[in-house]
Amino acid sequence: MGEAMGSGALGPAMADSRPLLLGLKGITKAFPGCLANDAVDLDIRAGEIHALLGENGAGKSTLVKIVYGVLQPDAGEITIAGEMRRISSPAAARDLGIGMVFQHFSLFEALTVADNIALGLNTAAARRDLRSRIVAISESYGLPLDPDRVVHDLSVGERQRIEIVRCLLQKPKLLIMDEPTSVLTPQEADNLFATLRRLAAEGCAILYISHKLEEIRALCERATIMRQGRVVASCDPRATSARDLAEMMIGAELAAPAHARKPDAAAPVRLAVQDLSLRSNQQFGVDLHDISFAVRAGEILGIGGIAGNGQGELMAALSGEILALAPGAIALDGVAVGRIGPDGRRRQGACFVPEERNDHGAVRDMTLAENALLSAYRRRRLSRMGFIDRLRTLLFAGEVVEDFDVRTSGPRAEARSLSGGNLQKFIIGREILQDPGILVVAQPTWGVDAGAAAAIHQALMDLADAGAAIVIISQDLDELMMLADRIAVMAHGRLSPARPVAELSVAEIGLLMGGAQPERAEAAHAS
Amino acid sequence: MESAVLVSILLSVIAASTPLLLAGIGELVVERSGVLNLGVEGMMLVGAIAGFAVTYSSGSASLGILAAALGGMAMALVFAFLTLTLQANQVATGLALTIFGIGLAAMMGAGFVGHPVPKLPGLDLPLLSAIPVIGPLVFGQDFLVYFSIAAVIGASWFLYRSHGGLVLRAIGDSHDAAHAIGYPVIRIRYLACLFGGAMSGLAGAYLSLSYTPMWAEDMSAGRGWIALALVVFATWRPGRLLLGAYLFGGITILQFHVQTMGLGIPPQFVSMLPYLATILVLCAISSDATRIRLNAPACLGRPFHAAG
Repeated sequence: MGEAMGSGALGPAMADSRPLLLGLKGITKAFPGCLANDAVDLDIRAGEIHALLGENGAGKSTLVKIVYGVLQPDAGEITIAGEMRRISSPAAARDLGIGMVFQHFSLFEALTVADNIALGLNTAAARRDLRSRIVAISESYGLPLDPDRVVHDLSVGERQRIEIVRCLLQKPKLLIMDEPTSVLTPQEADNLFATLRRLAAEGCAILYISHKLEEIRALCERATIMRQGRVVASCDPRATSARDLAEMMIGAELAAPAHARKPDAAAPVRLAVQDLSLRSNQQFGVDLHDISFAVRAGEILGIGGIAGNGQGELMAALSGEILALAPGAIALDGVAVGRIGPDGRRRQGACFVPEERNDHGAVRDMTLAENALLSAYRRRRLSRMGFIDRLRTLLFAGEVVEDFDVRTSGPRAEARSLSGGNLQKFIIGREILQDPGILVVAQPTWGVDAGAAAAIHQALMDLADAGAAIVIISQDLDELMMLADRIAVMAHGRLSPARPVAELSVAEIGLLMGGAQPERAEAAHAS
Repeated sequence: MESAVLVSILLSVIAASTPLLLAGIGELVVERSGVLNLGVEGMMLVGAIAGFAVTYSSGSASLGILAAALGGMAMALVFAFLTLTLQANQVATGLALTIFGIGLAAMMGAGFVGHPVPKLPGLDLPLLSAIPVIGPLVFGQDFLVYFSIAAVIGASWFLYRSHGGLVLRAIGDSHDAAHAIGYPVIRIRYLACLFGGAMSGLAGAYLSLSYTPMWAEDMSAGRGWIALALVVFATWRPGRLLLGAYLFGGITILQFHVQTMGLGIPPQFVSMLPYLATILVLCAISSDATRIRLNAPACLGRPFHAAG
């Protein structure tokens, strides 16, 4: 955070004296049924780090896609360094000095780092001596990269470096970053911030999109806030509280979750995992090694870690999609279920929300009611003697839509018609309303906006208060720190011992995420 | 005497392998771009009759070969329009293309059955072609045999050494990412499909102008399907395709010789050999999933919707 104050040297007064780099005027873009951008104005000056804030569906992604030439605006003007421009394609954007690092990386898994970077360069001249230039740039900006590695072997942080180096090779004047830290450890994020500050100091403007308000307050000097396709406010995030930023985003007061819970240390253990080891069924998966933990009634256990350290496998093992070797490896309310599949575990009172909502958490081509039936038919008795009780199913799906504020035309809408955040709300609601005794949730608020995330958090806490044992597997550290009573961290398929949240610092968790042994992490805490 | 038998066996192996190689290398490039065209058999047959009909009518084998490539491309264009522009299912469209091609070729060829054409001339170099064994094998082949080898080398160079090939592989690996960077996914897939069609057409021309210089209904006899299997066998790599095509051609010829040796094995079992080998090899390859994942185009057969 000390570094963050350092960048504050460039105050708003100075910022205004820097030349205007990108000017958007009256940008309007409509999709069938929604106005994604409504007369948006935005100015970005050379060398500034500018935050673009907004809920899901506020129009941020549409706007940056227009700037990067992926989409064409219906109306409005774009000026670059004072000249009016039409950006007809990403290649044209790159020619104008605009680079973009996507949220979901546009990388090719089967190709090498050098090939991936070559694909993002427009001309043969730009691709000359590529390998040596990759090494030079990655060294000078502290972004270590081996040009000959194949992408699927790389961690998410390394993959992001490819995208950044790809942009830097073209000496961009404007770098667009779409949610860059959602997959990084706190240490990796700090390194990224140092790189971005250095770029800004060299005169490159950065347009930074993120949900993480604290991060924006530490990094950015100006913030533009969007809501429902319009720019609603502009402010200096360093002088604005995170709470105020969030309220500007959602246009309403944010209900802070009531965290008055005190789990009973003597409550019965509802979910017990003992020495669970498992070979991954995925191609480049991570095997699980000796995982043990227990969750008591009324308790929330948070499991953190960088994506791809075995969380997916742990989720599959807990839900029964991969069976454990020993029946006793997993016990629900004292019943050994290690060799029992998902349906049997649901019968024992457990519910699950997988990470991937499309195709895993929901069938996209089915209606919400049918999707509700698929997971809740037993616990909510939605079928009788093999026949579907249509009325009860519709009522149940309607209840989920109502209680979890799912924005949809109704329970007969197809799952594919919902936005990602809304579908997530529906899936979480569908499981919570089955009143489970044990709930395992992966990434409960991934891609969900601040208002909806608060509602989901509240529902999870209410469920714990009602006596359920809850496991939350999430990469969002803030979320875990807020919700969980105890936190454990996955690294290389091993789980650190769970410790009470009050005893853990973010730095310690960061070390554990990087695979440090618990002792070393504790030493770091002590120093 | 001994060497004459050997030469004739090796010549027949080359002849049996060449159509597989031509069609296979075309389909390999198509699949590398992420498109699965199961219509190889149909495109081959249309190429075979187009090549035969033009050669028979004009007397020019060169024109015939050109017509065969164009015939295959016309079929591929139909497939590309249906699957890439209209987003039809690739598997169903490919199967339909094969059935359509068999019927179309039979109709076009109805008047040509039983009329022979001169076999494609082989290379005839002074001195070199006269060398025993090596002469006829290396310096006495026809244009399409040399072309098939050149196509493997060319495809390998294109895929792994040129920027265009890198773009093509990238599109097969992730069409969404390629689109986001700004590459024209649909246009490049069209070009790949047309190349695949031309190569299948040439494979057909080899059958009707060189292998057996005549037209017979359904004369490809499943070679299009074997070429498709070979692409998987080769795990989408041109060098291995060359190996696979000659291995398969070798087994096909071996089967004739085993039958004439009179080992007492019923001929039906012996003729199963090539197909049995295909199944065994495919099973062996799919057991090593890592190798498949490293080379298989991840977007194979998936339709591309250009979303914003």
